[in-house]
Amino acid sequence: MIPANFAYHSPSTVEEAVGLLARLGDEARALAGGHSLIPMMKLRLSAPEALVDLSRIAALKGVREEGSEVVIGAMTTQHQLLQDPILAQTLPLIPETSAVIADPQIRYRGTLGGNVANGDPGNDMPAVMMTLDATYTLAGPNGERAVKAREFYQGAYFTAAEDGEILTAVRIPVPPAGAGFAYEKLKRKVGDYATAAAAVQLTMKAGAVETIAIGLTNVSETPLLAEDAMAILAGARLEPEVVDRAVAAAEAITNPASDGRGPAEYRTAMAGVMLRRALARAAARAQA
Amino acid sequence: MSKVHIELTVNGKAHESLVEPRTLLIHYLREDLGLTGAHIGCETGHCGACTVDIDGMSVKSCTMFAAQADGAEILTIEGVAAPDGTLHALQESFREMHGLQCGYCTPGMIVRAHRLLQENPRPTEAEIRAGISGNLCRCTGYQNIVKAIQHAAATLAGEPFQEAAE
Amino acid sequence: MNDMTPTREEREAKLQGMGCKRKRVEDVRFTQGRGQYVDDLKLPGMLFGDFVRSTYAHARIKKIDASAALALPGVKAVLTAADLKPLNLHYMPTLAGDVQAVLADEKVLFQGQEVAFVIAEDRYIAADAIELVEVEYEELAPLVDPFQAMAEDAPLLREDIKDKTEGAHGPRKHHNHIFEWTIGDRTGTDAAFDKADVTIKEMLSYHRTHPSPLETCQCVASMDKIRGELTLWGTFQAPHVIRTVASMLAGIPEHKVHVIAPDIGGGFGNKVGAYPGYICAVVASIVLGVPVKWVEDRMENLSATSFARDYHMTTELAATKDGTITGMRVHVLADHGAFDACADPSKWPAGFMNICTGSYDIPVAHLAVDGVYTNKAPGGVAYRCSFRVTEAVYAIERAIEILAQKLGMDSAELRMKNFIEAEQFPYNSALGWEYDSGDYHTAMRKALDAVGYDALRAEQREKRAAFERGETREIMGIGLSFFTEIVGAGPTRNCDILGIGMFDSAEIRIHPTGGVIARMGTKSQGQGHETTYAQIIATELGIPADDIMIEEGNTDTAPYGLGTYGSRSTPVAGAATAVAARKIKAKAQMIAAHMLEVHHDDVEWDIDGFRVKGLPESRKSMKEIVWAAYNQPPPNMEPGLEAVSYYDPPNMTYPFGAYVCVMDIDVDTGVYKVRRFYALDDCGTRINPMIIEGQVHGGLTEAFAVAMGQEIRYDEQGNVMGASFMDFFLPTAVETPVWETDHTVTPSPHHPIGAKGVGESPHVGGVPCFSNAVNDAFAFLGSTHIQMPHDHWRIWKAARALGA
Repeated sequence: MIPANFAYHSPSTVEEAVGLLARLGDEARALAGGHSLIPMMKLRLSAPEALVDLSRIAALKGVREEGSEVVIGAMTTQHQLLQDPILAQTLPLIPETSAVIADPQIRYRGTLGGNVANGDPGNDMPAVMMTLDATYTLAGPNGERAVKAREFYQGAYFTAAEDGEILTAVRIPVPPAGAGFAYEKLKRKVGDYATAAAAVQLTMKAGAVETIAIGLTNVSETPLLAEDAMAILAGARLEPEVVDRAVAAAEAITNPASDGRGPAEYRTAMAGVMLRRALARAAARAQA
Repeated sequence: MSKVHIELTVNGKAHESLVEPRTLLIHYLREDLGLTGAHIGCETGHCGACTVDIDGMSVKSCTMFAAQADGAEILTIEGVAAPDGTLHALQESFREMHGLQCGYCTPGMIVRAHRLLQENPRPTEAEIRAGISGNLCRCTGYQNIVKAIQHAAATLAGEPFQEAAE
Repeated sequence: MNDMTPTREEREAKLQGMGCKRKRVEDVRFTQGRGQYVDDLKLPGMLFGDFVRSTYAHARIKKIDASAALALPGVKAVLTAADLKPLNLHYMPTLAGDVQAVLADEKVLFQGQEVAFVIAEDRYIAADAIELVEVEYEELAPLVDPFQAMAEDAPLLREDIKDKTEGAHGPRKHHNHIFEWTIGDRTGTDAAFDKADVTIKEMLSYHRTHPSPLETCQCVASMDKIRGELTLWGTFQAPHVIRTVASMLAGIPEHKVHVIAPDIGGGFGNKVGAYPGYICAVVASIVLGVPVKWVEDRMENLSATSFARDYHMTTELAATKDGTITGMRVHVLADHGAFDACADPSKWPAGFMNICTGSYDIPVAHLAVDGVYTNKAPGGVAYRCSFRVTEAVYAIERAIEILAQKLGMDSAELRMKNFIEAEQFPYNSALGWEYDSGDYHTAMRKALDAVGYDALRAEQREKRAAFERGETREIMGIGLSFFTEIVGAGPTRNCDILGIGMFDSAEIRIHPTGGVIARMGTKSQGQGHETTYAQIIATELGIPADDIMIEEGNTDTAPYGLGTYGSRSTPVAGAATAVAARKIKAKAQMIAAHMLEVHHDDVEWDIDGFRVKGLPESRKSMKEIVWAAYNQPPPNMEPGLEAVSYYDPPNMTYPFGAYVCVMDIDVDTGVYKVRRFYALDDCGTRINPMIIEGQVHGGLTEAFAVAMGQEIRYDEQGNVMGASFMDFFLPTAVETPVWETDHTVTPSPHHPIGAKGVGESPHVGGVPCFSNAVNDAFAFLGSTHIQMPHDHWRIWKAARALGA
């Protein structure tokens, strides 16, 4: 398993990276942690003529608070997300998700930007970012623009990013204090993509759900925001009948592939089970 | 394709090379530098036999280009023992606890455990199992590897090793 | 004597002989990254070979155009079947009496089949070049389902043997039929079934999987045209056999073929056979006159070399009402893929499948095995087991559970009732084996007591009631297995490979100052031979194990042997080691007697030397005796101290064990948790308990993987699904259960030191134990048998089908 050859570029600023991608055109690819792209290249399923390695751009790293938002640089690694004190405090759903992504070695190299940008439905962070209503900052030849995570995913490996654009940062509104959260992921073993996974972020008030967002991983061509389920649950008490209806609504929007993880019917049902469990755990964590 | 100039330090020794951009780090270490301790097992980033330590991180060197390691400080299994040849506690413990059989995963496993113990000097069994979950072993069933890492942790902490009751 | 004189215990301990948890010699180099594996080898001018492989399962090759590849700078040659034909090397013989295409001849028969071999300056250029070889195919209908192989309208796969009505093992019934192998008393068995109070019948599928050692198969071939000598380094579990095969195929005299197996990164049966990569590397080196390396990648390993299992076993038991088994009948449909490349002893096309009567005194039995061709990779290797023993044990250990269920009897009790009694050994089984020794009741009782079996069953009853009341979605399974293995192939009267009897060998040479070099015909792949053979010699000859160096794998220096697989190293080469040591000891006794000036009958062995009977102070240590052997041997005695033994075992050995698995299953997801796994092994005399425990841990982990999801899947077009470590289930430390080990010791009566071999028992016994746990969990819902592998979705599906 040897990749085809390519030209290697290692810019140190975003402007330089964007300029390179513009100049090199369609056959160039941005390289983040490389744990999706490099295996694809080794299998010769991908053969870009040039790679633009983003790892030396200091501006793309780190987590900071900006007003009511947390801003995460695209090249911040999963390992850093796991260790970050700001996220532990404000967005614990993120480190909870990082912890179930791949394995220790891959988390040292794998980045948030890489995970959300390439449109792989198997990746975990996209559904989490949709759940958290994150906004992606894209830099391209025509400058910067912002795209909601909820509008970013258009198909398998197909996103709202234009050719030549790179994802530089993820901005996430800080949930209110006392919010509950959970990421439930079923997988065959460490290192596998989800058979199905569900992210839940909610607030509770007087024993009922106040606000809620639900994301589903790897059960369709894109990550899913379970809007019907969210509508059923918002304002409702988590009675079994309500949860059943919400789970059914979530299952209804899935369209998983049949693969080694199981047939489609199983993966749909698992999306339901993961949601059920994530709901229970998030509600238990929420301070009403 | 034009070659890329890289400078890096491996096991304390500086190297300067021209490499094809696509040269995988594992091949650079094994073929160009002759450091054959790290092995190739799966080639897709799952088995960890190729694990080396780069700037304080455990990395699967089959899923990284040598060009990406420009400027890096790398530790491979060949650099784990002290310069005078004294073995590291992990190397002793893997032997003591029978933490290896065919030896093929061992270099990656020890280099990974080395980093794990720097981040978490007294890990629990569950933390060790999670900490080495990026390294596959086909021979041992991991139980004695876990024990070996616990044993090394105790040695490094200067404490007696207490075998968990079965 | 003064205070400095070591005590008997100290002298004994210093030897680090048999029974001692000696630390491994090998580890010193492995823990420092100084192992020497094949891919570590780099020779001046070495080229690199890589395969163009078939993208189709079944297709006719219309055209191969290598011109673009040959035009790539750094490409030296491209070999196709057309190049090999004039050398008569486009097919090679398999160990099973079939032939296998080295490079596809006009047709491809499985996805991933070798079509062309590209030789280039390095592996990067070779990888580029294989992309440039254009192969034009005409797709043919693939045959994937073995149950359709002998249908009237099934496509003809093997055009090369289409007119052969007689195969290596008798008549062929159909163009996709390979052999039918039968054994036992068909009439008597049918009669037993006619008379039975209770019978069971179940088709037990043992899915296709793969040994998948962490190091793939690889080699370096180096032809020295001036000397006319070929050196071949490779991942060979059986280097001497590879030497013979290489000599026969390449037409180079055997003494001019040097085969060397350096350190091997795990084998598990994957590295017994000869593969097209070896042949092509040799041919390329002969043609080009420089060394050629071939290294399989992981995808190639999983999809082309040596699958295991793929046995579909219709298994029947007959019994009386009170649970006495009166007969067994088994029919196996064996999917061998495109070529019959099973690595079984020549006369055993279905390996030792006839051990399928297991640990039970079954009076009459019949077994029939039909082997068929399909458009899948060849293989059928013994993945961490003696030949087809895992399949056999799976059949009987599932069947006994199914019978217990039908009888309404506890399966532990049913086993105890039907076990061969300790007094019945040596025991002749209905299907032709002579079991050497055993004490099954003791082992089973010890296992049941250790886990608190009755309490577990009581807990299970409560959990089932709670489940039925809707209070929990978790169910509990208790899996039992009691296996009898058959290892140590084997007696040359009925075991051979390519006509060479399956003896094994040891050669021991003691040097004047007491340092020992011993060489064996086997080859360790992680089993620790350098450590354990030395322990045998240490005990036999009273020389510290640290003074004994073990060498294997160099066919120029090691005596001829059949290699390491089928747990044969200890039973066969271990026996050879003891016998060779005893030859030396006999000579040492003469020398000692001469030195002590007494008759040799008047001296006796004493830990590390000989002493005069009745005069313990009057003794000669081995160190003194060894020195004397080189400078003052008795008159008329040759100097020196060395011996060789080629050991032809009188019988196989029959290790056994009792395993218990406690598993909790979440019926909503199919996710399981192995709460407890207890393994009692009886491998006879124990040479190194530490290494035995390590072997058991590893074998159980493989068994866990196989039972719970490790599978080589094909789709309907014959595409290999999931041939990477993403999909192929190799558990990490997180999924792997904690293992509890235990033992009893029932030595083999015919083995010089009583040892039976252990490396494969845990795999053989483990697979049915896990499967029985899953099946036991669901039994109360009316399930009889759930097929392996028991991955999450299949468990969930079973739960749903049962209304759970």
